[in-house]
Amino acid sequence: MSKERKIRVVIAKPGLDSHDRGAKVVARALRDAGMEVIYTGLRQTPQQIVETALQEDVDVIGLSILSGAHLTLFPRIMGLLKKKGLSDVLVFAGGIIPEEDIPTLKKIGIREVFGPGTPTSTLVQFVRKNAPKRK
Amino acid sequence: MPPSTRVQRLVKGVLKGDKGSIARTISIVENNEPEAQKLMALLYPKTGKAYVVGVTGPPGAGKSTLIEKLVKELRNRGKTVGVVAVDPTSPFTGGAFLGDRVRMQDLSVDPGVYIRSMATRNYPGGLAKATKDALRVLDASGKDVVIVETVGAGQSEVEVVKVVHTVIVVLAPGLGDDIQAIKAGQMEIGDVFVVNKADRENANKAVSDIEAMLELATEKKGWKPPVLKTSAFTGEGIAQLLEFIDQHRAYLRTGVFDERRKERVENELIEALREKITESILSDFRRRGEWKRLTLKVLARRTDPYTAADELLSKPLKPRTRRKT
Amino acid sequence: MFEEQRLSEIKKQRQRWEKTTVPSWVSRHSERKNEFSTVSGVPVKRLYTAEDVKDLDYVNHLGFPGEYPFTRGLHATMYRGRLWTMRQFSGFGTAEQTNKRFKYLLKEGETGLSIAFDYPTITGYDSDHPISRGEVGQCGVAVSSLEDMETLFDGIPLDKVTTSMTINGPAAMLLAMYVAIGDKQGVPREKLGGTTQNDMLKEFFAQKLAIFPPKPSVRLVTDIIEYCAKNLPQWNPVSISGYHIREAGSNAVQELAFTLADGIAYVESTLERGLRVDDFASRLSFFFASHNDFFEEIAKFRAARRLWARIMKERFKAKNPRSMWMRMHVQTSGCTLTAQQPVNNAIRVAFQALSAVLGGTQSLHTNSLDEALATPCEDAVRIALRTQQIIAHESGVVDTVDPLAGSYYLEHLTMEMEERAMSYIDKIDSLGGVIPAIERGFFQREIADASYKYQKEIERKERTIVGVNDYTVEEDWVPLELLRVHPKVEEEQVARLQKLRRTRDNRKVKALLGKLHDEADGDKNLVPTIIEAVKAYTTLGEITDVMRTVFGEYRELIIV
Repeated sequence: MSKERKIRVVIAKPGLDSHDRGAKVVARALRDAGMEVIYTGLRQTPQQIVETALQEDVDVIGLSILSGAHLTLFPRIMGLLKKKGLSDVLVFAGGIIPEEDIPTLKKIGIREVFGPGTPTSTLVQFVRKNAPKRK
Repeated sequence: MPPSTRVQRLVKGVLKGDKGSIARTISIVENNEPEAQKLMALLYPKTGKAYVVGVTGPPGAGKSTLIEKLVKELRNRGKTVGVVAVDPTSPFTGGAFLGDRVRMQDLSVDPGVYIRSMATRNYPGGLAKATKDALRVLDASGKDVVIVETVGAGQSEVEVVKVVHTVIVVLAPGLGDDIQAIKAGQMEIGDVFVVNKADRENANKAVSDIEAMLELATEKKGWKPPVLKTSAFTGEGIAQLLEFIDQHRAYLRTGVFDERRKERVENELIEALREKITESILSDFRRRGEWKRLTLKVLARRTDPYTAADELLSKPLKPRTRRKT
Repeated sequence: MFEEQRLSEIKKQRQRWEKTTVPSWVSRHSERKNEFSTVSGVPVKRLYTAEDVKDLDYVNHLGFPGEYPFTRGLHATMYRGRLWTMRQFSGFGTAEQTNKRFKYLLKEGETGLSIAFDYPTITGYDSDHPISRGEVGQCGVAVSSLEDMETLFDGIPLDKVTTSMTINGPAAMLLAMYVAIGDKQGVPREKLGGTTQNDMLKEFFAQKLAIFPPKPSVRLVTDIIEYCAKNLPQWNPVSISGYHIREAGSNAVQELAFTLADGIAYVESTLERGLRVDDFASRLSFFFASHNDFFEEIAKFRAARRLWARIMKERFKAKNPRSMWMRMHVQTSGCTLTAQQPVNNAIRVAFQALSAVLGGTQSLHTNSLDEALATPCEDAVRIALRTQQIIAHESGVVDTVDPLAGSYYLEHLTMEMEERAMSYIDKIDSLGGVIPAIERGFFQREIADASYKYQKEIERKERTIVGVNDYTVEEDWVPLELLRVHPKVEEEQVARLQKLRRTRDNRKVKALLGKLHDEADGDKNLVPTIIEAVKAYTTLGEITDVMRTVFGEYRELIIV
């Protein structure tokens, strides 16, 4: 019986964006890398995403968005995470996010933004390396 | 922060229904972290108030969607609800896709609902313990009803359903398997049988098939499991399902439940003892040179595992200092 | 197709070649891979000869353009007579901004309009709904009412253009708005030409924009088909789509098969309404992707035509040849575009567009090179349009019909695609049809698996994506200024809507919504009442909400 902690991840689709191909591929890749993955489905509000992260006591949140609404939705998500005491959760994002927006997103606490074409192995390594070590 | 203060803080939070504390506590017991036992020791006395419902059945039967409807109805009646949804861990990758919550995502933001997804993690019998503890944490947090969703009727699922009050077996017509193919285990543990997706063609036939099978199966003394149709999609049957659960609850109150609980508590005590004995003795044995020598002997087929065990046990144990937990 | 004797001689010589010439070369230059296959996994041999098409019967399998089974083309002269419609999918920001983009593209030579709506619009929410915050005008134009639509078509005469609208759940509402504008402009309804995508079935497993559950969704689709058959003879009520299925991760065979299965389902549902097949089938249109594998895509388009013609003739007993026509629009594949070295995308699009033309499409959209990064800017979309124009006017491929016919490889591949797709269609039939298959998660599982497989192939470098997993650069070059939609768009849109709500006749709106509710609850065709409602400036969200109340909302069956 392995005593290695399982990394718990939420993969979320905030807003109305309906492109879920990437999110599903990422969810599957993380599962195949030995993690426990919760995929929220489409049309998640910031509240739903944060509540999920809270109740599931996740280590990592992956946000997938291709609709251009990230500058509105991500700050709301990060604000709620802070309010619920979840600032130590690793948050990363992917999808269609203009490079010029990345510094803004990093400032609000998104650790990394992964563009189209990122290999899932890069994501797996990133999560393994940066998932918070639980106190 | 010193462990004991943290434990107290978490216990306080759980008892207040604080979601963050519930979340952390479930993680701690699931991972069997050092504070787990202490936490459960403090929470156990506070359990016993929630009504626990187990929902089982083959994949694709619509359990999660049904649970979502059940929870919404319970919320309408002013009850608070906890849900534990269990999904299998892949034996190859060690990972799991926890896909039940997604069907209940509307409920995430309802303050009176707590949902937690758990993977089986392939612990032999371990699922049962971690899940049982999670149910207890939700119980202690003050939830009126706690629902646990599992898949199939494996050994560990049978363990879990022993801790619940009412077991609902959910089936759906036309899943590819014949209703006849229900595993024997499920026939015996079910207190209420639900044929979901009632809008499908062969729903009525499925109901009568199950009723027929129940006639033949060992009769649960005093309780005849009802069979009903539901449609998680239209909401048909949900109120009736709650009605049946209430009836079962009344039946259990006649003393049946207390009897079962007594039996179960004894089993749990044995299990706890077994675990602790194994834990402490095993580590002692492993430290001995005997262990290595006998392992090699078994490998070389010059002895067998049981004879080797006897040999290990024949030597006296070193006195053990009591480990503080 | 070839006499036995000649074939056996060819076979003899081929076998000799394989035993002598090939090994002597391969011993010095080994082939790049052990096995070759198309993007969809169809095996690709080193060489194709007449042997590979020995069962191909020219007259019955290929025939002549404009005649059953239409493999070589729907029309006798194809592009010698008329080029495909150059129809660029466009939309962003406000109706005013998009109106400008339409006019720009028409000036630059596009020959048909195609509207991209924003997420709130396609999911049935008004721009001022809380759920729309941050989304208004981002990946399409915001249209919440007839007022927006009027601005969108300001200065554009509907008797001179045809318009395709990528809209599904709210298709009836947008069609109603278009009709309302036509009425205002004085264009007779029989002259209105265009397409509403209106293909709900694929929403459930591919594009994921379903608002209502399957049954009411199909009811709405059929309402539109029926209404158009009786009132809008030039309008294509559905664009049965494979594009989104492909983008969601399926391979070409699945794209072809699942699209045709959806088509079969719509024909069946309309027949159930009591219409006869020849009353409506000629207006069913299709929409495919054009992906990377050049020959596979051409084979797919040709197989599609032949398959659909056979299905309409044999399965549905259509008599009118037009009922057997598979008229298609093609869009070059978005998911093949890379964010890395985006100028390379222009080259990809050129090949993909060429295969669509060689495949005989009726209408084409070419993606812009910046689309993996943003909604296209003006310069990028012009280059995309030029791509089509260069093919049309400089390459010569349009001067004869179906030029690649007879290619051993292509004809073999066309037969393969047809066979493989039919086998999927049979499977879907055995599951009881498209809706039961959706409920079982059949399509979702196929797509998720194909998508994951493709990604793994890329990561294992079994499949090279130039600029992404090979031929990468440290410093990238984006020669264009990317489009950004200004947040003011949302503010303006919200203000406009709120003013509209104040100034319109709200009693009338309320009455019409009540009428709609009752009709939705029954089985009357909803389109006429929706037209009335939009003319009274009832908003898109208000109409959708009434339907949500009656039909319920769809909950996705998630398969990863």
